[in-house]
Amino acid sequence: MRKLLVYLKSYKKECILAPLFKLLEASFELIVPLVMASIIDSGIGLNDRPHIFRMGAVLVLLAVIGLTCAISAQYFAAKAAVGFATKLRYSLFSHIEELSFNELDTIGTSTLITRMTSDINQVQSGVNMVLRLFLRSPFIVFGAMIMAFTVNVTGAIVFVVTIPLLSLVVFSVMFFSIPLFRKVQSGLDAVLGHTRENLGGARVIRAFNKEAAETEEFNESNDFLTRMQMVVGRISTLMNPLTYIIINAATLAVIWIGGKEVYFGVITRGEVVALVNYMSQILVELVKLANLIILINKAIACGNRIGEILEVHPSVCTPAVGGNKSASSAETPVMKDGMPVPTVEFSHVCMTYQGSAEEALTDINLVVEKGQTVGIIGGTGSGKSSVVNLIPRFYDVSAGSVRVDGKDVREYDLTELRERVGVVMQKAVLFQGTIADNLRWGKPDATEEELWRAIEVAQATDVVKGKAKASGDGKSDSDGLDYWIEQGGRNLSGGQKQRLTIARAIVKDPDILILDDSASALDFATDARLRAALRTLQKDKTIFIVSQRTSSIQFADKILVMDDGEAVGLGTHEELLESCEVYREIYESQFKKEDREVQHA
Amino acid sequence: MRKKQDRKKQISTLKKVFHYMKRYIPLLVFSIVLATITVALTLYFPILTGQAIDLIVEKGLVDFDGILQIAIKGMVVVLITALAQWIMNMCNNRMTYNIVRDIRKDAFHKIEHLPLSYIDSHSHGDMVSRIIADVDTFAEGLLMGFTQLFTGLATIAGTLLFMLTIDVKITLVVVVLTPISLLVASFIAKKTYSMFQLQTKTRGEQTALIEEMIGNQKVVQAFCHEDEARSTFGEINDRLQKCSLRAIFFSSLVNPSTRFVNSLVYAAVGITGAISVIVTGGAFSVGNLSCFLSYANQYTKPFNEISGVVTELQNALACAARIFELIEELSEKPDAEAAYVLEEADGHVDIDHVYFSYTPSQKLIEDFNLHVEPGQRIAIVGPTGCGKTTLINLLMRFYDVNSGEIAVSGHNIMDMTRSSLRSNYGMVLQETWLKKGTIRENICMGKPDATEEEMIAAAKAAHAHSFIRRLPQGYDTPIAEDGGNLSQGQKQLLCIARVMLCLPPMLILDEATSSIDTRTELRIQKAFLTMMQGRTSFIVAHRLSTIREADVILVMKDGKIIEQGNHETLLAAGGFYANLYNSQFAS
Repeated sequence: MRKLLVYLKSYKKECILAPLFKLLEASFELIVPLVMASIIDSGIGLNDRPHIFRMGAVLVLLAVIGLTCAISAQYFAAKAAVGFATKLRYSLFSHIEELSFNELDTIGTSTLITRMTSDINQVQSGVNMVLRLFLRSPFIVFGAMIMAFTVNVTGAIVFVVTIPLLSLVVFSVMFFSIPLFRKVQSGLDAVLGHTRENLGGARVIRAFNKEAAETEEFNESNDFLTRMQMVVGRISTLMNPLTYIIINAATLAVIWIGGKEVYFGVITRGEVVALVNYMSQILVELVKLANLIILINKAIACGNRIGEILEVHPSVCTPAVGGNKSASSAETPVMKDGMPVPTVEFSHVCMTYQGSAEEALTDINLVVEKGQTVGIIGGTGSGKSSVVNLIPRFYDVSAGSVRVDGKDVREYDLTELRERVGVVMQKAVLFQGTIADNLRWGKPDATEEELWRAIEVAQATDVVKGKAKASGDGKSDSDGLDYWIEQGGRNLSGGQKQRLTIARAIVKDPDILILDDSASALDFATDARLRAALRTLQKDKTIFIVSQRTSSIQFADKILVMDDGEAVGLGTHEELLESCEVYREIYESQFKKEDREVQHA
Repeated sequence: MRKKQDRKKQISTLKKVFHYMKRYIPLLVFSIVLATITVALTLYFPILTGQAIDLIVEKGLVDFDGILQIAIKGMVVVLITALAQWIMNMCNNRMTYNIVRDIRKDAFHKIEHLPLSYIDSHSHGDMVSRIIADVDTFAEGLLMGFTQLFTGLATIAGTLLFMLTIDVKITLVVVVLTPISLLVASFIAKKTYSMFQLQTKTRGEQTALIEEMIGNQKVVQAFCHEDEARSTFGEINDRLQKCSLRAIFFSSLVNPSTRFVNSLVYAAVGITGAISVIVTGGAFSVGNLSCFLSYANQYTKPFNEISGVVTELQNALACAARIFELIEELSEKPDAEAAYVLEEADGHVDIDHVYFSYTPSQKLIEDFNLHVEPGQRIAIVGPTGCGKTTLINLLMRFYDVNSGEIAVSGHNIMDMTRSSLRSNYGMVLQETWLKKGTIRENICMGKPDATEEEMIAAAKAAHAHSFIRRLPQGYDTPIAEDGGNLSQGQKQLLCIARVMLCLPPMLILDEATSSIDTRTELRIQKAFLTMMQGRTSFIVAHRLSTIREADVILVMKDGKIIEQGNHETLLAAGGFYANLYNSQFAS
């Protein structure tokens, strides 16, 4: 939380002015009982009507000054709080943009989103309230006590006893209830988890006839939540009655002691009224303070959650320019020892995911020449995706090296490297905007012809043309490219999205194109046409195809067979059928029998 | 006109809230009695202090006995007030949280009985937010409403009464001046409404962007789109700063303004009161004045609070309306009372002249006929998005047919209990779903009383045993929400093990193996073959190898069944299926 305070720096002036004006307002408020005492003693006591009106005018004047101060304070507080939140939000967003895959995997995106939105809003209102009230309430409490001393020392002793007593009550109630609030929160989380789970799994739950059992479980967590809420309620409802008793007992004490002081002629009756008024001011402020402390607690918790993210440093970043060898190797060699430098080269690559004990990849070696097509095949979790994720340096190797055009990927400027590599990921993701907007992600100045060519290669012509009809509200010039994709691509099917993401990568026109199991939602016929079309792209494009289907990679120049993080085969389809048992097994499970039967048919 | 409708809606919502309150009426009555006591005694206390102050006149003229008596009386009053207040708060808490629990319970019960068509077509996030956030806001509003609205109104009435008994003229001053603060507050609220709307809208815009960009950070980075994202974000962020500042600043004026009005009231009471003391020659005493000053404060406070409470209550009602909307959603048609209970299906499935569509405007399945003999295997084939899941929806009665009939073992499924029908099917869906809990709980979902041996046998048959054994706590390893700590393939293996354990007489496999690697798939295939022996099975898959051996192949396209037959006849027919099949080798 403390680290976040830097974002308040440029609002120093506001941060000082807001509480200052609040204090001014409070000081004027503290004068009010004195004025009233004067009305009673001098006005009524001496029968001086003009004095009463004069003092009345003073009260109004105090109110006007108070209002002006309060408005100024609100303005500065709002300005500082909103400005703070704006800066914080921007730098958090900017920071998250820099996090690499490792961090995103471990933190999880959904929590990042809540931290960006509701947490920052909480902190904003916390800052706002602190600037407005945090100084004011203690100031009024202690100010009232000090004013009481100026009125009468003996009477003020009551204040000296009361204030710590009140603080004790307020803080012990909070001390006991805040940890319980956390329990309530986790109870609520359980209820929420249950609900979400049952919506997502409605089919399975009904298929297994588990409705009654699920309801039973829900009721349990619901009852638990209710019980926790009641326990917390029982404690926090103590606060008001207890403070009420203390303050009013103190008021009676003030009257008793005040009476004695009047009897001995130390103070006047009006001054006793003033003391009573100070006491009730304390009561009002104390209630406000208690609410404020709860709010601050919340804000601090949210602030800490934000701080946690800001403290995470991206594990993958562009090497610092100068000092190391990367600066000198701006020119990448084309030839080495009379041989062309391979486009992609893995040598003895090992890789471990953050937080995982086991290696995801072990000793991978692979040399890919310019223009080759490489297929990568293997079981679930065998490390296929891990291999290709190393090329655009989404993750870093833990040993060995990955070279693109002869240069270690860790020496590249990240943007430069990633601009050369086009990746189509397993999960097809499109963004809000037109189809054309989405396709131009990797190349903002792509012409319509380029877009259409990529669409054609990606077998998405029907998809886009079909959307032209769908959006055709009489406008004849709609060709589908301006079809509006909703958030998350809700208005497209999985297969349609997948084809468009492939098109998007093709528009980017990268030197290296990676298709990471990105044709899984396509049927065989479309998949086959896609592969045929990919081969018609420029000859010098290097293509990686990750797949679980042998048919998708069978005709690659080189096939890498992965099994449990290790490369168990490397070669062409024919070579592997001869030499690699894993590959043969996969192939036979998919093809052999059908081949035979087709011949029979 | 609109306002009238809104009002009507609010009233009907209120009625439903009262329905939930009914059970707690004794608590409510008790709470109201306690509130009345609290308010009356709270207001009585300033009178006591006023009387005490009147006993203090000047040097040497103080009635200590009188003060002591009043002090004792005062202490008793204070203690009773505090006690009453405490019990009242407890009553309110109990009532509120119980009502909330009841509503959540009903809402969840509804979720378990909503037709799947509703669950499929509505955002889950929205439903969850109704049950969690809306119920919470409603609870807070209700609690605040109970505690503050009633005591607020009672305080206003009580102070008015007390003030009138002391002095009518000064009371009039207070009564006339106080509503000004209400006017000011509502004036500001009206003026700031549009600012808040703009803020909400801009926030929504920003949240959408955050969700997209951060939710899909990996794609953003792959396309080096970070800087564009930052600049779009920055632009919205700056707009948000401007409109937030306006909204927050102007709305924060309410508090100082009403306080200002209160100060004016205070000053007015001070002046008129002091004059009265002089004019009446002490009949209106200084103690009365002190008492009045504290009343003036107490009288205005609820006014300031009530405007807040009213918005809070309105908000709570709006939330309640959203919850009731969900609770009142039509449930699945309940099973008929005399519904047939299907004990153990013999495997006959007869589909006769079935018509079905999700929306009347888009016809899907028309006059579909299929007769399945026990033990037959039915493969459903077709390109992406051809609507293969529609058939499963009908077979399992997740959706009901529009016309025609589906019969299992010779009984129309419309006439049998859903639970008995569904327990005769073993289903593995395309989208794996696991419960939060342990591996064991998930495998034993369909058969909670399974023995350890049975469970392990099922896991072995699904080829899940080896990976489960390697997990840190074996079968007792907890699964995170939606199986976050397992790979897609492992999740699917668990779903298969889950079905393996129950082994119902009929199977529905919906692309069951689509994200399992081919080697594992091969083994599962073998396990399935044994499992399918003698069991009627419906299989949806892309992989032709898995369906080649089917007895009947249904070819679907655009939600319609376009071809029907076995592998050889369909190939010979040279239609869509033949095309699809041959394309595998077309490359």
